[in-house]
Amino acid sequence: MKRIYAIEAWCVDCKRCEVACKTFHSKSRNTVKALKAEFPPPQNRIRVEGGRQLSIAVNCRHCAAPKCVEGCVSGAMTKDPVTGVVSTNPEKCVGCRTCVSMCPFGCVRIEETFPKAVAFKCDLCGDVLGQPGEPSCVTACPNNALIYIESEG
Amino acid sequence: MLDYLLPRYKVLREDDLCVKCGVCERSCANDVHTLDEEMDAFLIDHKKCVNCQRCVVMCPTGALAITNWPQVGNGSNNWTLAAMQEIAKQSQTGGVLLTSMGNPKPFPIYWDHLLLNASQVTNPSIDPLREPMETRVFLGARPEALKVNEREHLVKTPMPPQIKLDVPVMFSAMSFGSISLNAQKSLAMAAQELGTYFNTGEGGLHKDLERFGAHAVVQVASGRFGVDTHYLNAGAMIEIKIGQGAKPGIGGHLPGEKINAEVSRTRMIPEGTDAISPAPHHDIYSIEDLRQLIFSLKEACRYQKPVAVKIAAVHNVAAIASGMVRAGADVVVLDGFRGGTGAAPTRIRDNVGIPIELALAAVDRRLREESIRSQASLVVAGTIRSSADIVKAVALGADAVYCASGPLIALGCHQCQDCASGKCNWGIATQRPELTKRLNPEIGAQRVINLVKAWNHEVQEMMGGMGINAIDSLKGNRLMLRGVGLNEKELDILGVKHAGE
Repeated sequence: MKRIYAIEAWCVDCKRCEVACKTFHSKSRNTVKALKAEFPPPQNRIRVEGGRQLSIAVNCRHCAAPKCVEGCVSGAMTKDPVTGVVSTNPEKCVGCRTCVSMCPFGCVRIEETFPKAVAFKCDLCGDVLGQPGEPSCVTACPNNALIYIESEG
Repeated sequence: MLDYLLPRYKVLREDDLCVKCGVCERSCANDVHTLDEEMDAFLIDHKKCVNCQRCVVMCPTGALAITNWPQVGNGSNNWTLAAMQEIAKQSQTGGVLLTSMGNPKPFPIYWDHLLLNASQVTNPSIDPLREPMETRVFLGARPEALKVNEREHLVKTPMPPQIKLDVPVMFSAMSFGSISLNAQKSLAMAAQELGTYFNTGEGGLHKDLERFGAHAVVQVASGRFGVDTHYLNAGAMIEIKIGQGAKPGIGGHLPGEKINAEVSRTRMIPEGTDAISPAPHHDIYSIEDLRQLIFSLKEACRYQKPVAVKIAAVHNVAAIASGMVRAGADVVVLDGFRGGTGAAPTRIRDNVGIPIELALAAVDRRLREESIRSQASLVVAGTIRSSADIVKAVALGADAVYCASGPLIALGCHQCQDCASGKCNWGIATQRPELTKRLNPEIGAQRVINLVKAWNHEVQEMMGGMGINAIDSLKGNRLMLRGVGLNEKELDILGVKHAGE
């Protein structure tokens, strides 16, 4: 499957990927409206860690054998057998944080949002949620620090 | 002391569009934007803004724009605000005013007073999409006469060393130190892909770029940084730099803070020491001395590589160029007064030298009059802004052009003239690791390749329109040019007729 890879050498800590991710996962898909007016506020699934000297965009690897799916107690976290995309169902999620503690990359977060705290993670967004496509963070990256390429597993 | 200086620019933030994502704050090495959490608003330090436009380009919502500081002058044409600000700065610091990039003053740009011809009725134009169109150029001396073995279709005359350009554009000298390794690597990768050359400047050839040696022009300047036999033989051509268009008659000074481990190794000087290029070459005080250096370098590369000599276009440029050719230069490089630089004293940049168009025409004419034009190729530099400038330069007698500002703009440069500060937000004119990594050479090279390919298409279109199918047939073809808005003297020096004639 195609996955997003973060290249630390080229990450410039601008966090445009975070903004693009929030926009994509908003109701309006308009950056200004999404970030200024929407409730609950849209959550970014990708997160840039580090600072100006050294930074990297931390993002779900969509593992072949995902620990988060293994640990999920409510059946919210699933790996699509066809596309390979690991995604979470907010309606089933109970916010128990098992996925957070099991993810070896720190790529799942629980956010206190409306109506309840649920897990947020990359859904490898394309044009349709849960379906692979050119992810918006990759498009927004100014320096090819995020690349979307075919990989094994 | 109270700072009398005013800000140059004002950052405009559209609050309705700003989502306070902080991309601008993290993009600015000058700390112009600061998100204040208590106020939940951005504090802007306008005085620090250099108008590099990084934040404007990076802003995800287009909320930013930069404008001039609204302070008006007193209305005097003489004591303009800019002139008074320069005095304020000098009375505060006691120093020489320093600036970067090319001469911005409103001197005439002769390229914009020259118009190209096109074929109508009496001769056919050529469609470059359907017919072959040659933009290949060879630089170096030509043999006096060509002996050909007609039976075997072989050229018998030994050919002097030459380099082959697939496009009539090379990237002008910018040293590693003045620009980042990523910037130089972008140009090297682009040069390889385009079949042309980048120039090491006087900073030596970094070991990572040695694999691009076949597409490198290695420069020997007055500081002799990074020069040894290995370096001279690593490139395709050697260039002796006598002068630079942006600062004729003076040397260079790369401050010690930019001499990090890599720059130090490449320049072969201690880390943290200032790299000072003297104004003259201390072994060149005459044309005879130049001849000695040219032949020392030719000897060092066993006469396998052409040797170019680069000078700034100054008053007696034609006579100087004639001397250079007689001294053995295979390529004469002329750099006009609008050429860029990483750092130059403002007064020098804005007041010394002559326009490249006039220098080019004068040198080409002089070399032809003296029947030595074929002994050397002619390359011009100094604000080649577009393919039209290339075509006009070739028609005025140039073999090829050097271009640096254009490719730098392709890499992201916004000509803010603040290269010397070492805080280039585009990762070009800086050695700070957190800034140099902003320029990914893969993206950079692709942008430069796109630019030059686009220019080359346009060159072919313009040549086709004139009914010319090889750039060699355009060289020195002044009948393809007409002047507009030029006086008799200017037309005479350029060697072109006025439009309508």
